[in-house]
Amino acid sequence: MLDYTFQFGTVWREWPLLVDGLLLTVKLSIFSMVFGMIVATAGAFGSVYGPRPLKAAIRVYVEFIRNTPFLVQVFVVYLGLPSLGIRLQADHAAILAMTINVGAYGTEIIRAGIESISKGQIEAAKVLGLRPFLIFRLVIFKQALIAIYPALTSQFILLMLGTSIVSAIAVEELTATANTIQSRTFRTFEVYFVVTLIYIALSLVFRTAFHMIYARWIRVR
Amino acid sequence: MIRDFSTGDLVLLLLAARWTIVLSLIAFAGGSVMGLLIALARTSRMKALRHAASGYIELFQDTPLLMQLFIVFFGANIIGLQISAWTAAAVGLTLYGSAFLGEIWRGCIEAVPAGQSEAARSLGLRQWQTNLLVVLPQALRLAIPPTIGFLVQLIKNTSLASIIGFTELTRTGQLINNATYQPLTVFIIVSLIYFALCWPLSLASRRLEIRLARRG
Repeated sequence: MLDYTFQFGTVWREWPLLVDGLLLTVKLSIFSMVFGMIVATAGAFGSVYGPRPLKAAIRVYVEFIRNTPFLVQVFVVYLGLPSLGIRLQADHAAILAMTINVGAYGTEIIRAGIESISKGQIEAAKVLGLRPFLIFRLVIFKQALIAIYPALTSQFILLMLGTSIVSAIAVEELTATANTIQSRTFRTFEVYFVVTLIYIALSLVFRTAFHMIYARWIRVR
Repeated sequence: MIRDFSTGDLVLLLLAARWTIVLSLIAFAGGSVMGLLIALARTSRMKALRHAASGYIELFQDTPLLMQLFIVFFGANIIGLQISAWTAAAVGLTLYGSAFLGEIWRGCIEAVPAGQSEAARSLGLRQWQTNLLVVLPQALRLAIPPTIGFLVQLIKNTSLASIIGFTELTRTGQLINNATYQPLTVFIIVSLIYFALCWPLSLASRRLEIRLARRG
């Protein structure tokens, strides 16, 4: 049967490394969520209200990103951009690639949200004399946000889990830390098992945070 | 030695795409069979079965696919199986696919109105007959667009097999880049090949979804 002795102690002894990796994973996730939302909001706006060429350009961006692997996008940004004279640190390249990636998915989600608001409501708001900015803030944005919140937050969870992929370009986040520890201790299975548990905990924390944000600021009472 | 990127490299990349396709198909087939069982367990009347299935789904939804591949690859060693990167990728992606397809199909099964299975039961059909003849055929119609959508995810995610050392499209790109050092050219071409595989499927999925919505 199983003639393997599990040694989790060797893994736990490396906890300072694990904490560093965890913090970088969280940092990468939050930065790209924020930057990604900015790109996505701009993208959604452009694709709903923009002129035709802009709409077409955004369409190409969204389709191209959504139909190619994130890992290859990371390689294009980190390895490819230097040949155009744009040299980025691995961490920055990772955040840029993640922002571009989640920006495309987010554009689609937010666009769908804006388009889900019926024209009648916007016309009614105009008739009531609301200015365009107020119409957007009070009529469109709030309702759209409620409609897309679940899709948006699950995209964010996918993004957080996706940060593990940037370990491929030597960003010392959680997965890369696991690789370092396993090459040092040879307790391969234990390391990946523990790190998997950390990811589960992290998913749980993010889900809870998103839920609290929803209950506190977004839900209509 | 550094050489130039040539048509020969392009051919190598196109040939490597075969392995991406084969890996996707295996994971999709395996994932479908297991996913159907998961979806049935998830919608079963037995509480324990439902909980087990939802635990399985959450486990895969809350961990990175890369970790899942590592665990399969290195975990197999512990139980005394020396498996290749190819087997580990196929098994890992199958398990991953089964969890996501299970969750997608659960939604489709639950979207079939309860009146349908109640009617079938009151007509004297057994539970398995009700499932097989009444519920599943209707769920299948709903399931086609999101399933094709997931196939796109699966094709893209086979690129992670390159990290555990399976030489598919992405890894071939890396190897060619190491020899030619023309990363921008190489990885743009790699992206375009993935795009050519995925985009038609994405379009088909969206078309079918719109058609389904229109028919109501």
